[in-house]
Amino acid sequence: MLPAMSDDGDRTEQGPARSILGPGGEASIDPADLGLKEEDLRELYRLMVLSRKADLEATALQRQGQLAVYPPLLGQEAAQVGSAFALQDEDFIFPSYREMASAIVRGVDVVGYLLFHRATWHGGMFDPNEHRFGVVSVPVGSQTLHAVGYAMGTKLDGKPACTLVYFGDGATSQGDFHEACNFAAVFRAPVVFFCQNNHWAISVPFERQSVAPVYRKAEAYGFPGIQVDGNDVLAVYQATREAAERARTEHTPTLIEALTYRLGPHSTADDRTRYQPAEQIAEWEGRDPIVRYRRFLESTGAGDEAFFSACDDEANTEATRIREGVIGAGPRPLEELFEWVFADMPEHLRRQRDEVLGRGEG
Amino acid sequence: MAELTYREAVAHGIAQEMRRDPSLVMLGEDVGPAGGVFTPTEGLIEEFGPVRIRDTPISEQALVGAAMGAAMTGIPVIAEIMFSDFVAVCWDMIANEIAKTRYMTNGQVSLPLVIRTANGGSARFGAQHSQSVENWAMMVPGLKVVAPSTPADVVGLLAGAVRDPDPVLFFEHKGLMGSKGEVPDGEVVDELGTARVVREGTDLTIAALALMVPRALLAAERLEGDGISAEVIDVRSLVPLDARALLDSVSKTGRFFTVEENPRLCGWGAELVSIVDEEAFWSLDGPSVRITTPHIPLPAAASLEDLALPSADRIYETVSKSVDLGSRR
Repeated sequence: MLPAMSDDGDRTEQGPARSILGPGGEASIDPADLGLKEEDLRELYRLMVLSRKADLEATALQRQGQLAVYPPLLGQEAAQVGSAFALQDEDFIFPSYREMASAIVRGVDVVGYLLFHRATWHGGMFDPNEHRFGVVSVPVGSQTLHAVGYAMGTKLDGKPACTLVYFGDGATSQGDFHEACNFAAVFRAPVVFFCQNNHWAISVPFERQSVAPVYRKAEAYGFPGIQVDGNDVLAVYQATREAAERARTEHTPTLIEALTYRLGPHSTADDRTRYQPAEQIAEWEGRDPIVRYRRFLESTGAGDEAFFSACDDEANTEATRIREGVIGAGPRPLEELFEWVFADMPEHLRRQRDEVLGRGEG
Repeated sequence: MAELTYREAVAHGIAQEMRRDPSLVMLGEDVGPAGGVFTPTEGLIEEFGPVRIRDTPISEQALVGAAMGAAMTGIPVIAEIMFSDFVAVCWDMIANEIAKTRYMTNGQVSLPLVIRTANGGSARFGAQHSQSVENWAMMVPGLKVVAPSTPADVVGLLAGAVRDPDPVLFFEHKGLMGSKGEVPDGEVVDELGTARVVREGTDLTIAALALMVPRALLAAERLEGDGISAEVIDVRSLVPLDARALLDSVSKTGRFFTVEENPRLCGWGAELVSIVDEEAFWSLDGPSVRITTPHIPLPAAASLEDLALPSADRIYETVSKSVDLGSRR
C-alpha cells in the first residue's frame, strides 16, 4: 500500500516567484519598460480571451461527442499566451498536448488543430514549418529533446533564433527532460525550457513528482532557472523574452517554471474533483489570469469596456466558426491511410493498400 | 578500385557524403577522436571538425531525439548508437517519434536521418552487446532498415540512406568490421530496397543478411561439392524489401531457406517465408526452412555463442538434410 500523501510532507519549496501584477492588477513596473506598447497590452488580453473561449468550446464539443478527447488549458492562458507572445516569428515552438493557446498566438487555425482531437487526423492539420509550431507530442517530455536538436540545427545554420519547448511538471520526472537539459547545456543550444507547473500530473500532485522546485534543477545543468507567476501574463512575457534573448545571443538555455493551475481536468476523460482539493481549486480560481489582467488594463486605461466587449464578441464569433468547422469536418479520404508512411510508397505498402482498399487484381 | 575493410568503408562512406553535402552532421558517443569503439569513424573528426563530427554525452535518447530535432530544420543527420542493443534505450524516439513524424504531419515534416549502429554477435560480448535487432526495426512502420555485408555495400547503401528522405536504421555488423572487399573509385551510391544475388544456383535459394551472407556462401560451396546448386541472395535491405528478387529466385529453384542472426520468434525470415508462401507456393518443391539463432539471449562464452549463431556448418547440414528428405519422398 502506498503511504498517504501527507507522509511526504510539503517539502516542496515554492520561492517567491517573479511577478509584475499584483492580485488586483496593479503593476510593479511600467509595461513600457518591457517593450510593450499599448496595442501589445491589448493584444495579450485579446489572445487570452480568444484562447479561453476556444478552449471552453473544445471542451463543449467533446462533451457533445464531436471530439474524441481534449486536454483543457483552462487557467493556463497567461502562461501560454505570455510566453508565445514573447517570441519572434523565426523562433520555433515545440508543444506538449495542452498548448492550444500558444498555437493560437502562432496563428494556427483552431479547426485544423482540433482535427487531431476529433480523431480525423493523426497530428493536427496544420503546417508546423509555416507556423513554426511543432506537432502535438503525446509521449510525456519527448519534445524537450526535439527542441534541443532543433535549436542545435538553427545554431548550425547561423540563424539568430531560439526554440521554446513546453512541458508540464509531470514531464520533469522523465529522463528525457534531464537528458535534454544536459544536452542543451553541453552544446549551448539556444533553447528555452518552459515548464507550466500546473500542480497536477493527471491525479498526482507536484509533491509526488519532485521535492525540489523545478526551476532549481537548472542549476545542476549549469544554466539559469527562473520561477515566475504563471498567472501573470506580463511576468511570463518578461521572463520568456529575457530567456529567448539569452538563447539567441549567448546560446545559453534557460529553464522557466511558470506556477499556474489546471482549472479543468487533465483531459475530458477524468474527473478532477476526485483529486484536486476544493479549497485549492477555490484559491486558484481567485487568481484567474484573465480577471487579473483585465483589472490591470482597466486601471491603466489601456483597455476600456468597449474593447473588452469587442474581444468577447470576437471570441464568440470565433467559437461559432470553430464549432461549425469541427462539426463540418468530415472523415479524411480512405486512401490517406497509406499516405506519408514513407516519402514514396514502397511496393509492400502499395500491395497492402490495394488489398485493404479492394483494388487488387482479384 | 581500392581494397577497404568494412570498418574503413564506413568512414569512407560518411566522408563521401560529408564532402558532397556540407550541411551533413553526425552525433554519437566516442565518434570523435576515438573514431568509434570499433573505429568505423576514424579520421572523420580530423577532416570535418568537431562541429560536424560531434561527441555527445552518454545519452542515447538525447542524441537520437536531438538528431530528430536537427533533421526537422532540414539538415541531414547521422546518429550513431554504439551497440544496437542500446536502441532499446531510445526506442521511444525511434519507434514513437521518428518513425511517425511524416505520417502525423500529413507529409509536411521530413526527417532525413540515418541511425547507424553496430549490430550482431560473434565478438563474445554477451547478452547486452551482441544482439541482432534488425527485426525490431523492421516491425515499425515508417522506418527503413538496411544491413550491408560488404565494404562496397557499406559505402553505397550508406550514401543511399543519407540521401533518402525517410529515417533509416543502418545496421553495421560487428563481426564484419575486419573483412575486406573492393570499393569502386569515385562516388558510390546504391539503391535502398534492392537485394543482390551473390551466388547463382538452380536447386535452392538461401536468403541471408550481413554476417550470415559469407556463412551462407561457405555453406553453398560445400553443397556444390555434394552436387547441390544453391543460389544465395544478400537481402541487404529489409524495408523496403526486394520481394521480387526472392520470388524470382524461388520460382527458379523451388526451395527457400533463410539464414537469420536474430532470435527465431518473429525474425525477419518469418516475413520472407510468408511472402514466398503466399506468392510462390506453387513453385515450391518443399517447405521453406528458417535457420536462425534460437530464442535465447546470446551467451558470452565462445563455445556457446558459436553454437547459438547460425554457422556455415549448421547452414550446410540443415539445407542438406532438408534437400535429402525432399528427394527421398
